[in-house]
Amino acid sequence: MPQNNDSIGRNLAGIPASARKAFLTRAFGSEEYAAGAAGLRRETLSRAVIYVGTGTCGLAAGAAKTLEAVRNYIKANDLQADVLEVGCIGYCAAEPLMDVQLPGQARVGFQRATGDVAPALLASVFKDKAPAREYVLGQFEDGGKKWAKVPLLSEHPFFAKQLRFVLKHVGIVDPNSIREHIARGGYGAFLKVIHTMTPAQACDAVEASGLRGRGGGGFPTGKKWKIALSSDADQKYIICNADEGDPGAFMDRSAIEGDPHRILEGIAIGAYAIHASKAYVYIRAEYPLAIKNLKKAISDAKAFGLLGENIYGSGFDLDVIIKMGAGAFVCGEETALMNSIEGRRGMPRPRPPYPAVRGLFGKPTVINNVETFGNVSEIISQGPAAFAAIGTKGSKGTKVFALSGKVNRTGLVEIPMGTSLKEIVFDIGGGIENGLAFKAVQIGGPSGGCIPMSHIDIQVDYESLKTVGAMMGSGGLVVMDEKTCMVDVAKFFMDFIKRESCGKCIPCREGTLRMLEILKAITRHRRGEKDADALARFSGIMNLEDLSQVIRETSLCGLGQTAPNPVLSTLRWFRDEYEAHIFERKCPAGACTEMLEFTIDADKCKGCTLCMKGCPTQAIVGKPKVPHYIISEKCISCGSCRTVCKFKAVSAA
Amino acid sequence: MSSPSKVDKVLERHSFAKRDKLIPILQEVQAEDGYISKAAALRVAKHLNIPASKVYGVATFYNQFRFKPVGKHHILICRGTACHVKGSAGVLKMCEEVLGITAGDTTRDGLFSIEVVACIGACGLAPVVSINGEFHAKITPDKLRKLVEDIRKTENSNAAK
Repeated sequence: MPQNNDSIGRNLAGIPASARKAFLTRAFGSEEYAAGAAGLRRETLSRAVIYVGTGTCGLAAGAAKTLEAVRNYIKANDLQADVLEVGCIGYCAAEPLMDVQLPGQARVGFQRATGDVAPALLASVFKDKAPAREYVLGQFEDGGKKWAKVPLLSEHPFFAKQLRFVLKHVGIVDPNSIREHIARGGYGAFLKVIHTMTPAQACDAVEASGLRGRGGGGFPTGKKWKIALSSDADQKYIICNADEGDPGAFMDRSAIEGDPHRILEGIAIGAYAIHASKAYVYIRAEYPLAIKNLKKAISDAKAFGLLGENIYGSGFDLDVIIKMGAGAFVCGEETALMNSIEGRRGMPRPRPPYPAVRGLFGKPTVINNVETFGNVSEIISQGPAAFAAIGTKGSKGTKVFALSGKVNRTGLVEIPMGTSLKEIVFDIGGGIENGLAFKAVQIGGPSGGCIPMSHIDIQVDYESLKTVGAMMGSGGLVVMDEKTCMVDVAKFFMDFIKRESCGKCIPCREGTLRMLEILKAITRHRRGEKDADALARFSGIMNLEDLSQVIRETSLCGLGQTAPNPVLSTLRWFRDEYEAHIFERKCPAGACTEMLEFTIDADKCKGCTLCMKGCPTQAIVGKPKVPHYIISEKCISCGSCRTVCKFKAVSAA
Repeated sequence: MSSPSKVDKVLERHSFAKRDKLIPILQEVQAEDGYISKAAALRVAKHLNIPASKVYGVATFYNQFRFKPVGKHHILICRGTACHVKGSAGVLKMCEEVLGITAGDTTRDGLFSIEVVACIGACGLAPVVSINGEFHAKITPDKLRKLVEDIRKTENSNAAK
């Protein structure tokens, strides 16, 4: 890509000659970088390269076996080829992914390349010179001569509508090579900032770009930095929030696994902009691969003089420390996160004072999300105007979503702000799997909301989503079909929030517990229910909405204030489902098994007594070889009879 | 059982540590011992010069810390949103039934333990479980039962030898 060559030169144009020489020599061996950089970008190859996507998701899909098969194939055929472990290009449903690039030919990607098919796929490239069509995902634009009869990767429906900005290099580059990152323009923006811009100018540039926090709140990043910059203190901190606790979101994991240097560079620029000499990355312990790659990135950056003291003669010092989270959802809240770094229980503090004024260890602190930092280097490198040109009036740039649930093409999707939800679910995601009907999409995790079919045309940006009771959140997008029960989803989220509530303030601690009880009562079977239970159930239903309001208005932190959202949002769009549970005692989606009525089909039942023996409440009567019968008053709808029946004689309605 | 030497080794790496090192120390202790024993918690408290109650308070707050040893095969079941929509509740139920323990427990023979996690971060391949760090994608109750039974068979035949 020619623009990469430019970006190295462009970024380094204004910096002192000595720093430029030192940096280029360290990375490429001399000040003449063009050829070296092209080689590192693998534009000119002397031998074939086989890429295997070994992010966490790739490994889950079996990439380790693919890798082994590839290595064995190379050995057996005595090939001249390198094997490279890369991150994930985001198309999870097609994993494991394997790309092959021959010298002088475009890189071609394969999907579902498991260990057993990988040798055949390699043979189709190396021997037949015609990539196996049914496994081909597409070929890349650059890197040499195009393959015949192979579609372009950028034209694949999953990628066609995406705009890859933060994830540009994820799955493409070797995450463990700092030199490749530099060859693609990396750390140029950082050197440009520390040598040619004042901290205030750096804050201005980010503010002018219109970048807003990608962690959920959507606070303008430049503004946050300015507040911290103007706070007077002997020590300031910058924190990268990689505690991706939202169930259903995994973009931060993928970004760090696949392109750690981009995030690190963003943090370094932010640190300079607020005068912080210490940066923390608070990352989930559940992401071992991301931690490993980030550790390597930090130690490489230190070795290249990009971290440490007096970085390339600029007088700026920076130390980056990794802190592993210990598994508490509330630690995604910034004040709770700071308590956790200080070695305390991760409980939020009242605000104000805001962290930018008094934060970690009582010093001014800026906390930004991984994806926010992922945008920063490109903003500096390409200029704020180029960034501001993407997106809508109030929401600039792109947003990464983790598309999952009952959709055909799951994965990480990066789209320009303002794309409609319909395009994401149906064009990029390829619609609902198994030909079922779309019901809703849950956006923003436990603090977000559901969006029904009637609002599927909505634009994705911070403001529009709020109008339908949802929010951007960190970017989880879980698609639900007609077999998903919305009351069950609300119950799932309440259960999650109840468990994760830190317990500091009463509305959240007790309120979420009560809400969960109410939802459980709605979805329970009523057999043998006493009058008092029924009364309690009805008073709960009547108080559900009021309780939600109280929790929303009186909780201390964002977690509590948004805790009722899953209930309020499903009540708003799917009130009829609640009513069916309450009045008709039916779950329309058939997901709440406790409400199902189980019966045995006398024609199909052979009288094997298997279900009788397994029934925990002795609700099944019958003799051997005579059809059995379920006494519905005794049945607790556990479904064990349906599971054990070999003749499919048990049905539920 | 926790051997004091292991905890001491961890603490040696953190001499002159302050309160902010508490969580990293506990994480390292757990990595060495598999769990946080009472003796280890007391030892850490003494080292950092903070009350043992504070150490206990922090350790119980976070989901990561365990106070019982885990089984030889530690099964993590993801209960994230995507996994839930794709039926992870059934997977968990099956796992509990097959092993006869509830989530958070270890079987008596010490072979298996189950832990529920909020999200593993592989939502595109839901539902996901991880056994001793090895991920299994698109799992069903039946697939998991088979995995567990296979492990049990290998263990039994190993024990017979």
